[in-house]
Amino acid sequence: MLLSLSSALGEGRKRLRRAAQGAVLALALSGCSGVLDPVGPVGADDSRILIDATLIMLAIIVPTILLAFWVAWRYRASNTKADYQPYWAYSGRVEAVVWSIPILTIMFIGGVIWIGSYRLDPFRPLDSNVPPLEVQVVSLDWKWLFIYPRQGIATVNQLVIPAGTPIRFRITSASVFNAFFIPRMGSMIYAMPGMVSELNLQADRPALLMGQSAHFSGDGFSDMQFQVRSVPPAEFAAWAQGARGAGAVLDQAAYANLARQSHNVPPIVFRAVDPVLFQAISTQRIPPAPGPEPAAPAQAGREVSPAGSH
Amino acid sequence: MFGKLSWSAIPFDQPIPLITTLVLVLVILGVLGLVTFKGWWPYLWHEWITSVDHKRIGIMYILLGVVMLVRGFADAIMMRTQQAVAVNAPGYLEPEHYNQIFSAHGTIMIFFAAMPLVIGFMNFVTPLQLGVRDVAFPTMNSVSFWLTASGALLVNISLFIGEFARTGWLPYPPLSETAYSPGVGVDYYLWAVQISGIGTLMTGINFVTTVLKMRCPGMSYLRMPMFCWTTLASSLIIVAVFPILTATLAMLSLDRFFGWHFFTADAGGNPMMFMNLIWAWGHPEVYILVLPAFGIFSEIFSTFSGKPLFGYRSMVAATLFICIVSMMTWLHHFFTMGSGPAVNTAFGISTSIIAVGTGVKIYNWIFTMYGGRVRMSVPMLWSLGFIFTFVIGGMTGVLLAVPPADFLVHNSMFLVAHFHNVIVGGVVFALFAGLDFWFPKAFGFRLHEGWGKAAFWFSFFGFWITFTPLYILGLEGMTRRLQHVNVPEWQPMLILSAIGVGVIAIGVVCQVIMLLVSIIRRDQLRDESGDPWDGRSLEWATPSPAPFFNFATMPNVEGEEAYWGIKTRAIESQRLGPEPKYEPIEMPVHSPVGFFTAAFASVTGFALIWQIWWLAGLGFAAAIAGFVVFAWRDVHEFHVPAEEVAEVDRARRAARQKLLERLAAQEATA
Repeated sequence: MLLSLSSALGEGRKRLRRAAQGAVLALALSGCSGVLDPVGPVGADDSRILIDATLIMLAIIVPTILLAFWVAWRYRASNTKADYQPYWAYSGRVEAVVWSIPILTIMFIGGVIWIGSYRLDPFRPLDSNVPPLEVQVVSLDWKWLFIYPRQGIATVNQLVIPAGTPIRFRITSASVFNAFFIPRMGSMIYAMPGMVSELNLQADRPALLMGQSAHFSGDGFSDMQFQVRSVPPAEFAAWAQGARGAGAVLDQAAYANLARQSHNVPPIVFRAVDPVLFQAISTQRIPPAPGPEPAAPAQAGREVSPAGSH
Repeated sequence: MFGKLSWSAIPFDQPIPLITTLVLVLVILGVLGLVTFKGWWPYLWHEWITSVDHKRIGIMYILLGVVMLVRGFADAIMMRTQQAVAVNAPGYLEPEHYNQIFSAHGTIMIFFAAMPLVIGFMNFVTPLQLGVRDVAFPTMNSVSFWLTASGALLVNISLFIGEFARTGWLPYPPLSETAYSPGVGVDYYLWAVQISGIGTLMTGINFVTTVLKMRCPGMSYLRMPMFCWTTLASSLIIVAVFPILTATLAMLSLDRFFGWHFFTADAGGNPMMFMNLIWAWGHPEVYILVLPAFGIFSEIFSTFSGKPLFGYRSMVAATLFICIVSMMTWLHHFFTMGSGPAVNTAFGISTSIIAVGTGVKIYNWIFTMYGGRVRMSVPMLWSLGFIFTFVIGGMTGVLLAVPPADFLVHNSMFLVAHFHNVIVGGVVFALFAGLDFWFPKAFGFRLHEGWGKAAFWFSFFGFWITFTPLYILGLEGMTRRLQHVNVPEWQPMLILSAIGVGVIAIGVVCQVIMLLVSIIRRDQLRDESGDPWDGRSLEWATPSPAPFFNFATMPNVEGEEAYWGIKTRAIESQRLGPEPKYEPIEMPVHSPVGFFTAAFASVTGFALIWQIWWLAGLGFAAAIAGFVVFAWRDVHEFHVPAEEVAEVDRARRAARQKLLERLAAQEATA
């Protein structure tokens, strides 16, 4: 019995290697535009952990699945050659193995979790010789506001960043929960009203990326996406300089208008911004965004989308 | 007078809910008409609606669960087709409608499909396996069922009067506060879940008591079948966490009704608290569902391998381990909220530790088959399909428990694929396996094997065709709950996923055909012996269908696998045990209190949703009055005369004698 078991395991190991290679290939193919094709250090580390953890577990579960199917097939009722042991229901040795395999795997994964959680804590500044660029992010119904405090400009639904520079995002929400997520740059984090979360990311090279909200926030959620342009630092400086020369000013009145619900908003650039606006929003000195207007719906109990459909 | 309710609450301008409602109303009227025409009302009223028999209540739970499963599946079809067509296009469902559909899908599938099905099996099977005649509190059991049905009714009413929640299956504030959701949708959610949640809590109390206090002589804890252990563990979790759900939803209701500030974004409220509280219930909820599913698989692996469950004590330990650790993992649902590395590490590790318990179970099931004679009947196919599907779902679950990996795929289609992987692969497969397994015990005939196998294969492949693309889309960065998609590269995978739903739909049709064919051919499929699968636990000692008093005399259990012991002794000695002395049996009288209470609870819920305060007060008072009248009842029980008991049991003994002779003849030829 043990002999047949060990031969099954040996066979499983060979198949495992092939299956693991196949799985990695499938992941690589599928990730050609997503989180497995990172453009910066955070995304690279996150996705390496994702792949490593997958491989560690595949090494256990592929043999397990094969063992299950092999046992079910070998001991099928019609196979008279297999020995029937109707009372074999306990074996201390098997039990020891059965508890050890998952415990050892999870201890290993536990180490990955522990180290990874500290090293990739979103609040932790990135190691770099380049001083970070601070960007303040406000999620609104249903668009993103980006404030560049050092440059004194702001944008809506468009994020321009210098390549090779760590970006320190400080994130809040003016209405409901959202999650700030640029898949190819790495980690996401929630945007929450009355609170400020931090996220440190970097794009190593110029690229055009998609950013989005990854937490459902209402009717306009599907269009709550923004364009991310990672550009060479010189181009970024030129862009910021140019932005200061044109467009409107984001003062509190302009913000009040912006905070109202709207769908599918095209990118906007503001040439100047109230320097304490972010702080006023995140501490709620400016009250939370109004939500649906008018507050009293036309139809009893049923909401209507004020901004209409797109 | 009527609060917020007026004619404009009815969506006359929206064809989909309107037509659905018309069809539903016609079907209901047709069924009611048929029942009236055939004169079935007295039978339905006396034998089912007012029944306190755990088997009848179990069957009604399962019926409710199956109906709601179909309703939830219809939502799933709409979601998958909408996303497949709405690429750089609006699709056919407006956001305000689509958002209701995914909210309703999740709410229905968890609260009104999976829960009634799991509780239905707990009801039907546990007392039979424990060798007793009913649960600890039979009338409370009936109240539990009808309150669950009341919640399901409110969810369905929202289709036609007003709207359902548009906030997801867990209404996260501040989106679910009146400032951002002024409609009645969230209120429908709150009161439907509150009313059914009270029913579930009572079920938990009932089954903890039943398993601890109501076992037949000799049925010590370590002789209980695995399913009873999982019922106990699941009920313990219910008792521990459902009060959290009730309190959390009550706080949200206070925010919405009276403008309080538990979870608002401003004025000192804290929405993060809602997320912590709701998941302190929500994660254990997953194990409330999956532990009884594990119990079902344990029974099936053992029975169809012709062997005792391998490592029984190990399995008990693993079950209780999961029961406890399940309550320590909730924060993994929001690693991305920024709790800091220490907190994330602690919850990441506690989450992966649960995989130890499930891993042990998987290996023990494999070794149960080892050295057995595995019969590939329909329940066994579902069980093997479960091992494959659940192990992969478990792997992606541990991936999501690694915070840096979760930072990439949190809230993505990868997550959606993961939890369907474990809940469909774990719970739904178990329920279909269990339906096939225990159907003969409930109705006296087996289900058609060929159609059952067809249903399995279509469901299994359909599942993987649906959800593999979602894993890939999640890795490509697609987030969940998108009413339309702005990235055209995602469309091929979305179309493939929609095709998968079509394949599952064929599986569903096969299940319906299986049921119809089985009913038509019930005489060929009849289970005369009461033991169609060569079973091992006490439910197979009863005739099929089991009499309302389950056991004529209390079984006396002398070891693990009580019925297997009785059967082995009978085969060895070539005769049944001596005929017992029959005595009258006391059984609880049927009671309309459950139906009555739930009817008024529905009225109360509806009145609260529309803020018709006088009606809410009236309904609540009437519901309580039902309990008061019940509490002062004079007659609790009725006697089944010894002759009736003897008659039923002699028929059973005759059938067993035939089975014994057949087995002896088989032995002789072998």
